[in-house]
Amino acid sequence: MTFDLAIVGAGPAGMAAATLAAEFGLDVIVIDEQDAPGGQIYRAVERVAPGSLFGASYLAGQSLASAFRASGARYRPRSTVWHIDPGGAVSFLADGRSETVEARRILLATGALERPVPIPGWTMPGVMTAGAAQILLKTADLLPVGRAVLAGQGPLLYLVAAQLCRAGAPPAAILETAPPANYRAAARQLGAAWAGRDAVAKGLGWLRELRRAGVPIRRGVRSLRAVGRERVEGVAWEGGELAADLLLLHDGVIPNTQITRALGLAHDWHAAQCCWRPSVDQWGNTTLATVAVAGDGGGIAGAEAAVLSGRLAALTAATMRGKIDAAERDRCAAPLHAALAHERAGRPFLDALCRPAPEMLAPPDAVTVCRCEEVTAGAVRRAARLGAQGPNQAKAFTRCGMGPCQGRLCGPLVASLIAEVHGVPVSDIEPYRPRAPYKPITLGALAGFAPHPDPLPAGGEREEPARSVGG
Amino acid sequence: MFRRRPEPGAATVAVVVEGRDVRVPDGASAAAAVLLAGLAAIRDTPVGGAPRAPYCLMGVCFDCLAEIDGIPNRQSCMVTVAPGMRIARQRGRRAVDAE
Amino acid sequence: MKLFDAIVVGGGLVGAAIGYGLGRAGMQTALVDEGDIAFRASRGNFGLVWVQSKGLGAPHYQRWTRRSADEWPLLAAELFDRTGVAVGHERPGGLHLCLGEAEFAERSARMERMRVESGNFGFKYRMLGHDEVAAMLPGIGPAVTGASFTPYDGHANSLALLHALHRGFVAGGGSYLPNRRVTDAAAATGNFRIGAGGEAIAAPVVVLAAGLGNAELAPVFGLSAPVVPQRGQILVTERAARVMAMPTTTVRQTLEGGIMIGDSQEDVGFDTGQRPDVMAAMARRAVLSFSWLAELQVVRAWAALRVMPPDGVPIYDQSERFPGAFTANCHSGVTLAGAHANVFAAMVAAGALDPMMAPFSARRFDVPAAA
Repeated sequence: MTFDLAIVGAGPAGMAAATLAAEFGLDVIVIDEQDAPGGQIYRAVERVAPGSLFGASYLAGQSLASAFRASGARYRPRSTVWHIDPGGAVSFLADGRSETVEARRILLATGALERPVPIPGWTMPGVMTAGAAQILLKTADLLPVGRAVLAGQGPLLYLVAAQLCRAGAPPAAILETAPPANYRAAARQLGAAWAGRDAVAKGLGWLRELRRAGVPIRRGVRSLRAVGRERVEGVAWEGGELAADLLLLHDGVIPNTQITRALGLAHDWHAAQCCWRPSVDQWGNTTLATVAVAGDGGGIAGAEAAVLSGRLAALTAATMRGKIDAAERDRCAAPLHAALAHERAGRPFLDALCRPAPEMLAPPDAVTVCRCEEVTAGAVRRAARLGAQGPNQAKAFTRCGMGPCQGRLCGPLVASLIAEVHGVPVSDIEPYRPRAPYKPITLGALAGFAPHPDPLPAGGEREEPARSVGG
Repeated sequence: MFRRRPEPGAATVAVVVEGRDVRVPDGASAAAAVLLAGLAAIRDTPVGGAPRAPYCLMGVCFDCLAEIDGIPNRQSCMVTVAPGMRIARQRGRRAVDAE
Repeated sequence: MKLFDAIVVGGGLVGAAIGYGLGRAGMQTALVDEGDIAFRASRGNFGLVWVQSKGLGAPHYQRWTRRSADEWPLLAAELFDRTGVAVGHERPGGLHLCLGEAEFAERSARMERMRVESGNFGFKYRMLGHDEVAAMLPGIGPAVTGASFTPYDGHANSLALLHALHRGFVAGGGSYLPNRRVTDAAAATGNFRIGAGGEAIAAPVVVLAAGLGNAELAPVFGLSAPVVPQRGQILVTERAARVMAMPTTTVRQTLEGGIMIGDSQEDVGFDTGQRPDVMAAMARRAVLSFSWLAELQVVRAWAALRVMPPDGVPIYDQSERFPGAFTANCHSGVTLAGAHANVFAAMVAAGALDPMMAPFSARRFDVPAAA
């Protein structure tokens, strides 16, 4: 059968889109690599008992998830998408086997990832992201042992710190890396701060919790580095140091553009957020007619905005299938557009406040930037000086981006370093062009992919095509 | 590196991490089991032999690669624990059983 | 306007090798290259330094390939000395696996033809049965009937080669001019002007090595390079312990440990998209060849466009209308790097191609095929 809508990702955008689309009578399938719905922001939301650890905004994910479960949309968890044919097919790996579903429309709701935080020593055991600590708390009820230090900036840093306090494991300290210039820039966005006052109030609430718990917060920290031999033993910065058993880093989140880049969709550079995002219209439509994007994957705006953009994408799909006409679509969409505008209105304040420090975008030479292939910033700069114009050429010279993560983590860093060497804005540098398989797939599973007749001539002689000169 | 929150009556699963029995909360990932077991590292990189431990826990970084039930290089943060699961450190390049 | 002794158009494996050779011959050379996003056949290369069955029906190509393979170790050693980049060249010999009796018979006939056509030059090969192959390559699948073997074959890291050639070129005083697509060109005997990236440069010698771009550029210089794209897809697995002592035509293991699989030939124009069914067919053949491959994970894959002359044989030419203009076109930039750097470049530096290169001229396409 051909689905009306195939959705990649069961986070807030994917769940909301599936639920609404199913309500309109569309045949929907949702494919997600986790074993339960929720994405990252609502990770394990179905299993977590209400309590004092997680606030109301997290628990709101439970009603999203239960509506999704009851919607009638087909749901394939533990399924990893490895190829999408924009003509209308999604191939994914499930249970060691590759399956393909056909769909008239494809919605990518793959969310965001945490920006890499390339401080010296960041690859040592004992250094993780703040989000990782939150995932461990939500999915496995785990807390740090010993002294945990949080470092970086951004709302998640403070949220995780507050949650750790509530769970009885307050961090030893918070080291904030926001440069003073961020505060000045944020002060010029007071209108946005007012528009986003709910989010600001939440943040202030976390700060109050941390103060009450006696967690020291240091601001304006520079030259942050993790210290230790085989694992992290401490953290140091310009003018200070602390012993640490665990270092949790966070420097904001950026859209996950792995699939949108692989599909060759147009992207634009979001200067305020310092990241690329797929070019979409107000409905989430991309430069490919059959593919749409919803949620943080289309631009960072948070969980509530993700739900709204998911619903807008569902309305578009329903209109295209003739379930509703354009007038009905616009009627349903009006409050969604308005709410989305409201959600986005506060972003400029947050974006200014949490802009990454320059040293986080272009680290010193000795720092590893490609974790998979262990390529340093210095090697990338050398490749750029040799003439590499972008990450794809730098990849050819240094192997950066050739590891299993396919440049998900090092992409932004490699681009910034090349931009720095060539003296151009980073938006001038085209990032990696990822290809299928979007995630690893065994040769065995790949071999079982197609029941069609073998498209290869037997023997596949590479250097001698069938034509050959006579005599 | 990590410990369990005291939660009376919470369901747990028994797995084996580098030969040691570990009880892990039901629904946790194999990466979480490794962190709970207190392993110094989950893998040694194939390039330089550097020790690594899970970093992002959400399937992006691929630093949590471990040998799970005999299969090498699995993203342990994407694998939910099951009773008796054997989790071992991924030491460099994977082995190949070429007969 | 900047003046050089020579301009090489195209910074891929062919252009970089020729540029490197020209620099070594004392010529102040400019290497003009496009930007980060370009077709770049060199980035899609499989990495074989392959002799076996190159030049069936074209003994000059067979000899040229052998010669290049023999030059290869010298080039590799020299590049390492000059740049510190190891290109990972190994020459253990190579196998072409045959699945089924029909393939084996066809291959056997082909190898014998190669030997006959080689004349006095000679061509050593052996047809091996399943057990002999199994002794050379562990884990051969039961579907492998046998293979052809020659001692001339080997492999290298094609990206490391590109890196080394670029480093060597620059270290030798060459000027690398990237992000410059040729927008206009003017040709006169011993006086060529190239406009690229808003600048103009000139030289008495120009070598067109722009891959697929040569087709359009060549006529300006009184040359012809009727090359067309032929897509090939490649799969690379996770790094594994070293198990393959020898490369095969379609499966080889790199020094880093990943297994590379590549054997598709698709006529799809300028489309670098991947096709999962082709990837699956490649995977199937690979798993049939080596059963243990089934468990390995593919971590990377891509499609690249080979630069394919109409008969698969390289086109090397010098312009009769505008002496001083040359062109080099082939789909085996790695295999022929030895010949390009050490032989072809020397000919260009000397001012004319050796008469033995005449059969490679594009004029062969003007001659009606013998009945």
